[in-house]
Amino acid sequence: MINPFNIGDVVPIRDGFGKALIELGHKNEKIFVLDADLSKSTRSNWFAEKFPNRFIECGIAEQNMIDVAAGLSLMGKIPFTTTYGVFVAGRAFDQIRNTICFSNLNVKIIGSHGGLSVGADGGSHQAIEDIALMNLLPNMKVFSPVDANEAFQIIIKASDIVGPVFVRLAREATEILIRKDFEFQVGRWEKLSEGNDAYLLFHGTIGAEVMKATKILLEKKIEVTVINCSSIKPFDKKMLNEIPSSKPIFIIEEHLEAGGLGSIISTYYSQNSPRKLELINIGDRFGESGSPTELYQKFGFTSEILAERIRASLTDN
Amino acid sequence: MKNFIELENIAKQIRRKTLEIIFNAGSGHPGGSLSSVDIGTSLFFYLMNHDPNNPNWKDRDRFILSKGHAAPLLYVILQMSGYFPENWLSTFRKINSPLQGHPNSLKCPGIEVSTGSLGQGLSIACGMALSLKKDNMKSIVYTLHGDGELNEGQIWEAVMFAAHYKLNNLIAFIDKNDLQIDGSTDEVMSMKSIEEKFSAFNWNVLTCDGHSITDIVNKTIEAKKSIKPSVIIAKTIKGKGVSFMENVAGWHGKSPSKIELQLALEELE
Repeated sequence: MINPFNIGDVVPIRDGFGKALIELGHKNEKIFVLDADLSKSTRSNWFAEKFPNRFIECGIAEQNMIDVAAGLSLMGKIPFTTTYGVFVAGRAFDQIRNTICFSNLNVKIIGSHGGLSVGADGGSHQAIEDIALMNLLPNMKVFSPVDANEAFQIIIKASDIVGPVFVRLAREATEILIRKDFEFQVGRWEKLSEGNDAYLLFHGTIGAEVMKATKILLEKKIEVTVINCSSIKPFDKKMLNEIPSSKPIFIIEEHLEAGGLGSIISTYYSQNSPRKLELINIGDRFGESGSPTELYQKFGFTSEILAERIRASLTDN
Repeated sequence: MKNFIELENIAKQIRRKTLEIIFNAGSGHPGGSLSSVDIGTSLFFYLMNHDPNNPNWKDRDRFILSKGHAAPLLYVILQMSGYFPENWLSTFRKINSPLQGHPNSLKCPGIEVSTGSLGQGLSIACGMALSLKKDNMKSIVYTLHGDGELNEGQIWEAVMFAAHYKLNNLIAFIDKNDLQIDGSTDEVMSMKSIEEKFSAFNWNVLTCDGHSITDIVNKTIEAKKSIKPSVIIAKTIKGKGVSFMENVAGWHGKSPSKIELQLALEELE
């Protein structure tokens, strides 16, 4: 299926989500969408306008929403639940663990406003542990798209997977990096650039900054391979095995260090092909208020800071 | 269709088998299983449309044991209904058993969804009932909750949801035995009138003697006529049927000794 946006456009990732839901709504009458009083923020309102009979407003009650979705899935429906990631991965964790994953139910959980992107709302609203919590669970699949095109692809693909899926979305509009004919595959990563000096692995919308950082690095004659690790569970073991053990690897994510992509890859490499990794993440602290740009500055995620950190690390070694 | 005397005999047999499998396992939850026996008997042997030979029959009524710790009761009922062979019962709580300590829908036929973490069954039932309505299907969704379980906030989220979406194909039983693990429900977390709470949320509220199969059946038939979701608050006795277990919180989650089992079985002759 052709993705909706052109490379270089600046689009909020949730727009890809909203468009995918409409596409699915037309194709499959089993698709239901549930929201917890945030449908305008999550873009599930687009589906609600087209398919009001299959949109279930659940009010501000996320735990109930997840189990209502469980009930719908037991009747053969394919429910997509949507709310801020921080209010579902944490607050409804027991419902996701003990009902959705324990019974391996066909429920899709979309956590919007992941990472620091919700900005001024502050640390209470920034999901920075969602990947860790969802990745923990047996039967769960975890995806974190880089842009609105990939979000579109992942949502379409999620509807074909029988079983629980968590998808992290973000709030800010970011540059489209994924081409129109790209097709997402579960457990497969995509190289966005190629170079021999280092490997930069990331997930989510931080990819836009990572790609800008590669241009800064190129000016300094540093050529890097950038890998979009959007399929976090399952992850791409084949691609990890292909990275030469002599090459420096940087893992960049808007997530706590504990349990994030860096942690997942560290666990894998430590048992298969031990190597030194540099993890660039939020560390062990909560977020705070500020514009997304200010937060990227403070937490070290702007393209300039990323490029300098990578350059310095490569020079030191 | 069975008459009520036959049903009472079935209930007595269920009580015996429930205690036997808990004894055999060396652990389990006798108190809240025994208090729910007559509700479970009425549902599976009289009220519900279900087919043990075809557990996934799409027009079946659904049952969710939200108080998942009454698993031994559910297993005995499912076995006596014909969902699986009797020799499975001796595997309850043992390694590789389909009969896990709490109900697991991936391992045992006849279980709609895994439960055990309290407070979730009503929400799941809401999703099922809503789906049935969307598809114009006539099945009923039944749930069974402990009164202690009503401490969980999620229950009240689901109560709001069911009333909002007018899920009159949903009938929730509360096994009101007035006890939970740490003591009486009033001491642990007093809820005062459960009836008034459900009424305030716009549910159809019925009460019954939870050990009278006639009363349980009649109130369920009445609930089916409601235009609102219904709750049937069944007054029960924890440990019902065994004198030394009745109304003793300590029998919530422990197995009887061999002598205690013998005494109990004698009382249930």
